[in-house]
Amino acid sequence: MEILIYGLINSMLLVLMAVGFALAYSVSRVPNFMHGSLYVLAGYLTWVFLNRLGLGYLLSILLSVGTATLIGWVVYKVAVIRVRGMPVSEIIVTFAISLTILEFLRWLGLRGATYVLPPFYSKTVTLLGVPVDSQRIAAVLIAAAIVLVLWIFTHYTKVGLGLRGIAQNERAALMLGIDSDRAATLALALGSALAALAGITIIPMGNINVATGYDVLVFAIAVCICGGLGSWTGTILAAFVIGFAQMIVVYLVAPHLAMVVALAAIILILIFKPSGLFGRQKELEERV
Amino acid sequence: MAEDAIRRKERLDRGVKVRSDTVYAVSSWKEILFLLAPRAALIAVLLLAPLFVPSLYWQRVICIMGVYALLAIGFDFLAHFVGLVCLGGALFIGVGAYFSGCLNHYLGLPPVLTIPIGSIGGALICTIILLPTLPLRGVYFAIVTFTYPVFLERIIVAADILGGTDGIPGLSILYSTWLSQYSILSVILLCVFGLRRLVNEDIGVVFRGVKDNDQAIRASGLSVTYYKAIAVFFAALMGCFGGAYLAHLYGWVGMSLLSMDFSVFPLVATVVGGPGTIAGPLVGCLLLVPISEMLRAFGALRIVIYSLIMVFFILFWSEGLVNWARRKYEQFERWVRV
Amino acid sequence: MGNPLLRVRSLSKSFGGVKAVNDVSFDLHEGEILGVIGPNGSGKTTLLNLITGFVRKDSGTVEFRGKDITKWSAHKISNLGLVRTFQIVRPYATLPAFKNLIPPLFSPRIKQSTRGKLGDRDAVAIDVLEEVGFERDAYVPYKLAGSLPLGYLKRLEFARCLCMKPETICCDEVFSGLSMAEIASMLPLVERLQADRITLIMVEHRLRELFRVADRVLVMNFGQKIAEGSPREVMKDPQVRRAYLGEEVKL
Repeated sequence: MEILIYGLINSMLLVLMAVGFALAYSVSRVPNFMHGSLYVLAGYLTWVFLNRLGLGYLLSILLSVGTATLIGWVVYKVAVIRVRGMPVSEIIVTFAISLTILEFLRWLGLRGATYVLPPFYSKTVTLLGVPVDSQRIAAVLIAAAIVLVLWIFTHYTKVGLGLRGIAQNERAALMLGIDSDRAATLALALGSALAALAGITIIPMGNINVATGYDVLVFAIAVCICGGLGSWTGTILAAFVIGFAQMIVVYLVAPHLAMVVALAAIILILIFKPSGLFGRQKELEERV
Repeated sequence: MAEDAIRRKERLDRGVKVRSDTVYAVSSWKEILFLLAPRAALIAVLLLAPLFVPSLYWQRVICIMGVYALLAIGFDFLAHFVGLVCLGGALFIGVGAYFSGCLNHYLGLPPVLTIPIGSIGGALICTIILLPTLPLRGVYFAIVTFTYPVFLERIIVAADILGGTDGIPGLSILYSTWLSQYSILSVILLCVFGLRRLVNEDIGVVFRGVKDNDQAIRASGLSVTYYKAIAVFFAALMGCFGGAYLAHLYGWVGMSLLSMDFSVFPLVATVVGGPGTIAGPLVGCLLLVPISEMLRAFGALRIVIYSLIMVFFILFWSEGLVNWARRKYEQFERWVRV
Repeated sequence: MGNPLLRVRSLSKSFGGVKAVNDVSFDLHEGEILGVIGPNGSGKTTLLNLITGFVRKDSGTVEFRGKDITKWSAHKISNLGLVRTFQIVRPYATLPAFKNLIPPLFSPRIKQSTRGKLGDRDAVAIDVLEEVGFERDAYVPYKLAGSLPLGYLKRLEFARCLCMKPETICCDEVFSGLSMAEIASMLPLVERLQADRITLIMVEHRLRELFRVADRVLVMNFGQKIAEGSPREVMKDPQVRRAYLGEEVKL
């Protein structure tokens, strides 16, 4: 029973981590390697705003999410745009920037139990006989809310539909007058914001440290690849599959193996169904 | 009409370059010198360096530089000649090091055996575990190569195998610093000149096709996956050799051999030194490793500095040092009125 | 008549919601030239892609000389002798023309048939280029591929196929983009290929030129095969007329 509840929670956390990456990639086709670093950065900035500048919690959160979004936007406009179309350089640039951020934070000395963000609401609830703290519940609710909002955004608003159009068929969207550069900038900015949101929601459950940055990147990528880069249902489904698999392994085998499950999932999918569980095969083959 | 002449820069090959492009170059000392000078200079710098460095510490630095250079050359080859961005140099180093370390520790084999076996065996292992990504687009390869070292690190700690966090100490050490330096330097020179030859051979055309136009390669009856695997094997061979070498240089293998440093440095060296030239990454390492040593005081900030340098170079000076130097060497520029 | 060289049954492929190829079947006999025509978007190129393994099939089977090649990957099919040209030619622009032919000379098919004794690949490449019309005396094979006009590039595609010692060549709109004169000069090459006992499938838009060489023609519209037969028969077919002209035209 515990596995069920914790698995569910873990899956939703993965969803939270992965949506930003999925959005940015499906629209701009640039893998946002900064995802993990923005996650940690948001946590760190919130801590700084909260503890060094004495701002309120909500304000700190808003500021750090805003900063992350700004960074994502600026990075695209200044750096990525110059290397669009050269996949080797795109990857190197986003990777380099993520390293800059993460290793800078590492140098600043983010270690130890003092670097903690307070949970939104301190309470433990019992669900179906399993103790769950309220931060986790909050995270699950936030994840669900984000997915819902994004769905509405991409299905019913003009901007969102534009993003979806570019994600599905860039040429057709261009012909309809949707600016792919602006769409990509927006997608990357949104993706960064989502990464930051994921960070400030999940970090209160543990502490801020740099290794999480790399972990989150790997998890987000694992979920997106397994779900199929470019498919919403697939991503969510994959998050659940991986989430439950991780929980099972962590419970029954050993706690450090979450990353192993993620990587194993990637390799298995790449061997058996490279386009992902729900991915469209188009992505990988038809390039005549 | 106003005398607003539009000027543009025109680049012309230098006379000596044109003359040395054909087989008649051998007929004149000037041309031979022109061709040989850069290559000779590189070889000379490498081979003479161990004789001129001030202390044992710096001799170690030369060895480390050698390892980084092997990784960087491998990275350049994979990224710019085959189209695969390898973000996991640490994977090759780690696998090579642990493989030969284990051969030495558990089976008692001497370095002269463990290093070759470690290199080849390690390269095979790396190629196999990277196989699933090869039929797919380059971004998958990048992601998986990035993830593997992190993952291996976690497994070693979690399962406490292969020495766990402490690593495996007490391995045989290469018995002389001269040997260590010259062995790695000669391997580097072999790889650089060998790879440059390889990409100019016919098989280089195939690799180029794999990078730029894989549909044509498929239509020519060649398996793209197979050739990518060959390329990965060679790069892994160099990396695993570096790892095996390191294991016996330090006499120890541990998790630090899977650190991000080994994944990042080759990137920086390639981008700075000159992507797409095979020799460029070597030059990049020659410059950056000593600088990096001198910046040791900055600790983790070094990676930040490298990354920023990398971004700067990619965005604003993407040809890199060697390409720039070669252009200056072979061509001259002048403003021409249009 | 014997067994058909290529047997295609019920091929289908959808992209998203669009059925690009819808239940197409036909036979290809050895030594013939089969034309595939149809208005834009009728699925001709997709059909080629499906047969040669560049696109995965949704359903249907393809047999070549009795072997079921339905699930085979593109390079394996090329190695069998079923090769194709590309509509958009993308050579290695910075390499000389003959270097573009190096990859096919590396293929397992060639390695096997010459038992590794191919000799100087460059010389073989230049010979093949000469066969398709690159004038050796004018050093055309040595020109950079990026500097060649389209007519030569299309011939380069044929050369690439010929380097594979093919049995069948699937030509994807080789006449497109060429002037009438250039096409007229390509026709003897096509006829010579047939004389060399190479079977051809030619997807084409230029009907007049195609009908000069094609033995049989297959007409497609909206992914389906709507007619098959000799050029004359097919042009008389009212369905074909409707597909091209939109309405029944009384002539």
